Amino acid sequence: MGIALIIATPIFTILYQLSGPVSDTWRHLYDTVLADYVQNSLLLMAGTALLAATFGVLSAWLTAMYDFAGRRFFEWALILPLAIPSYIAAYTYAGFLDYAGPLQVFMREAFDYRPAPGALDIMHLPGAVLVLASVLYPYVYVTCRSAFLNQSVSLLEASRSLGAGGLRTFWRVALPVARPALVGGLTLVVMEVLNDYGAVKYFGVPTFTTGIFRAWFSLGDQQSAIYLSSLLLLFVLGLIGLERWQRGKARFHPRQSHHRPLRRQRPRAGLRLLYTILCALPFVLGFVLPVGMLLYWAVIASDKAFGANFLPLITNSFWLAGTAALLICAISILLAYSRRIEKSRLIPLMTRVATSGYSIPGAVIAVGVLIPLLWLDKGILIEVQKMLSGARPSLLLTGSVFALLFAYHVRFLAVGFQPIEAGFTQIGQQVTEVSQSLGAGKWRTLLRVNLPLLRRAVLGGMILVFVDVLKELPLTLILRPFNFSTLATRAYELAADELLEQSSGAALMIILVGLIPVLFLNRIIRKSHDIHS
Amino acid sequence: MMKYLNIMCVAVLATLMTACGGSKGGEQTTEETEQVVNVYTHRHYDPDKELFAKFTEETGIKVNVVSASADELINKLEQEGEQSPADVLITVDAGRLYKAKNMGLLQKVSTETLSKNVPAKFADPDGQWYGLTFRGRVVAYSKERVQAGELSTYENLTDPKWQGKVLIRSSSNLYNQSLLASIIASQGEEAAAEWAAGMVANFAREPKGNDRDQVKAIAAGEGDLAVVNTYYIGKLLTSDNPEEVKAGEAVNIFFPNQDGRGAHINVSGAGVTKYAPNKDNAIRFIEYLSSPAAQSVFAEANFEYPVHPEVPAAALLQSWGEFKTDSLDLNLLGEYNEQAVKIFDEAGWK
Repeated sequence: MGIALIIATPIFTILYQLSGPVSDTWRHLYDTVLADYVQNSLLLMAGTALLAATFGVLSAWLTAMYDFAGRRFFEWALILPLAIPSYIAAYTYAGFLDYAGPLQVFMREAFDYRPAPGALDIMHLPGAVLVLASVLYPYVYVTCRSAFLNQSVSLLEASRSLGAGGLRTFWRVALPVARPALVGGLTLVVMEVLNDYGAVKYFGVPTFTTGIFRAWFSLGDQQSAIYLSSLLLLFVLGLIGLERWQRGKARFHPRQSHHRPLRRQRPRAGLRLLYTILCALPFVLGFVLPVGMLLYWAVIASDKAFGANFLPLITNSFWLAGTAALLICAISILLAYSRRIEKSRLIPLMTRVATSGYSIPGAVIAVGVLIPLLWLDKGILIEVQKMLSGARPSLLLTGSVFALLFAYHVRFLAVGFQPIEAGFTQIGQQVTEVSQSLGAGKWRTLLRVNLPLLRRAVLGGMILVFVDVLKELPLTLILRPFNFSTLATRAYELAADELLEQSSGAALMIILVGLIPVLFLNRIIRKSHDIHS
Repeated sequence: MMKYLNIMCVAVLATLMTACGGSKGGEQTTEETEQVVNVYTHRHYDPDKELFAKFTEETGIKVNVVSASADELINKLEQEGEQSPADVLITVDAGRLYKAKNMGLLQKVSTETLSKNVPAKFADPDGQWYGLTFRGRVVAYSKERVQAGELSTYENLTDPKWQGKVLIRSSSNLYNQSLLASIIASQGEEAAAEWAAGMVANFAREPKGNDRDQVKAIAAGEGDLAVVNTYYIGKLLTSDNPEEVKAGEAVNIFFPNQDGRGAHINVSGAGVTKYAPNKDNAIRFIEYLSSPAAQSVFAEANFEYPVHPEVPAAALLQSWGEFKTDSLDLNLLGEYNEQAVKIFDEAGWK
């Protein structure tokens, strides 16, 4: 509860600003552009959610249930697009397709074919949907995959023995059971879409977030910006509430007595090929194409792309992401667990607020973080420093990595929490109750019973947080201490200066560093699964 | 349970705080032995870093840098108030310097060196900020499809004959906001609104992409005219990608309004923050950036025009010829910024 409260502080800070009066800026935006922004945001959100769900669920189902060429590769490779920041994906897509990009150059040189101006343009709303879904679907893939792998074999067998085919079993049995996982993953996708600014700005698709920045920076009205952010926040909370309500009283307590191995089926050759293609599609769109383009740029500008010394950048990125992943997942476990064993109504509410930070643009979170931390800094720590020494006191919290780590918690708690919460839901309540009725204490139950069962979900959460922090930009930019750079800030500095070729080096490094935990944790996941089998 | 949670969370916080406190000690505190200057900058160009290193070499003053967008840095400065560690604020737009000045975040500085190095037209009349480089926002036109004689002013771009031909990026872009602000300053709000509406009517496509993309769109035949900053053309022409160089070669540069108020320019500049803990170092730092040695680095590496009257621009920029610059008080770009954005929204300029 205390943790949730602390993490929710910046969010309350933002909500608190709602109480202020309505300003002219608000009226101006409302009269002119807001309707457009809202419409774009809704279309972008719905489109991306739909496409990401299709990519994610389909590939998770296929790799969990069937054996086909490349399955073992796709199992981990499908997670990789996660390491690509969405604004970089947007740049690579545009760069690939534009006039000076490799595709059109190839068409001109090989076939002397010039497509009509604008024919290959991807910088529009549908293009943004494609790009965002291609790099965001792994959120759905990761959560659904662990749900499908953990599902009750007897349930599937029952369905089959009643004559239902693979497709029908999927729709009527597996998907409904995996619903918490799917919703968990999709929630992350939707939030990520709503807070995106880089990709939509570049593509010229003004969204609600554009409105926030317009109010704040261009019109100099922080009040309205925060007002808009809170509306966004309320919208997301409402969305989550709606799903809960629609799910109704359905509970997900698989009643299996023991975990039996899921035996993969080997369909006929034609289908196997189809499955390979279906899994390859999101992988190519979300990883091969952007990385290919980055490599192409890196080759063009090889001396400049890799000129910088990457070692300190990698170290900074790695330990920031690692620390954040560990802490956030530990907190997520505590929160999800205490929701189950405490009967307080406040805890679920607080967790919901604390995890809603993911939908807010990073720059706004930075304000929410700075206000309370500076208050602590100025009000208490500065005084303490003055008592201890005569030198000019400095800002201990906001001048150090602390502010940054704290901000990551505010922003990424949802990323760790969703998979872990879904994991808890899938284990069901009985295990905990049985364990406690046998006399095990709360902590013992958590450590000895829940955690081993949750291992896969926790690892999934850690991968997600790690990679998310690795590519995080707006918070890192503004909250970092002096002379502190990460791979993401380095890539951005060059990309913002329209030096895409040169930024490719740092961007590739982000992806490379992101691969390490993904591969490592995937090994563990696979091993733990083999032991079960 | 609650109790445990609370204890744990306090413990985690405590370890974190000691960890952070310990690791940062040497980084930003002003120790007697080490001279520093703390810089908040919106410029994240690599040549800047080399300049900062040279400054440290010459003076022994260490340069600590945080780079982020000017708006966020200004917000951070405001929040930090008297305790802010920052000594210098650097932006890429006069409008933001005006904003910081207006919010009382900067202080007046006047030295002989600065007034010698930075001509008055590139500095704040009150001495709260000094321009370091300037850039023109000009018209790039297709060599194939447009004659230089057909072009004259920014206002001329709204002529119906350019319908479906004009390329420019979104109104979220600072440089576009400043351009419109300059039109408000010289022609008034009504004329500015007309201009914005006329531009929207002539768009070749919805605004999207960055300045380079506008030039590439000319090469691709999507439009004939693009409004872009001078240094992006320089970067395109020296790109590592030969296809981009070709795209850059497909256009010529035109400086608008040469018979009138002159082409719109904007400065990248610096000011000393109000509560600068190392004020003397901050002044030396800005003086250094305005010195001929530093100015020629800006000019050569980044295709920006140096403000120092005796430092020549890069050869490429010189090849475009001298041009008349709009001489309005650059603070006005900030003053009219908000109005400009509102006009954009009303005109439907995305």
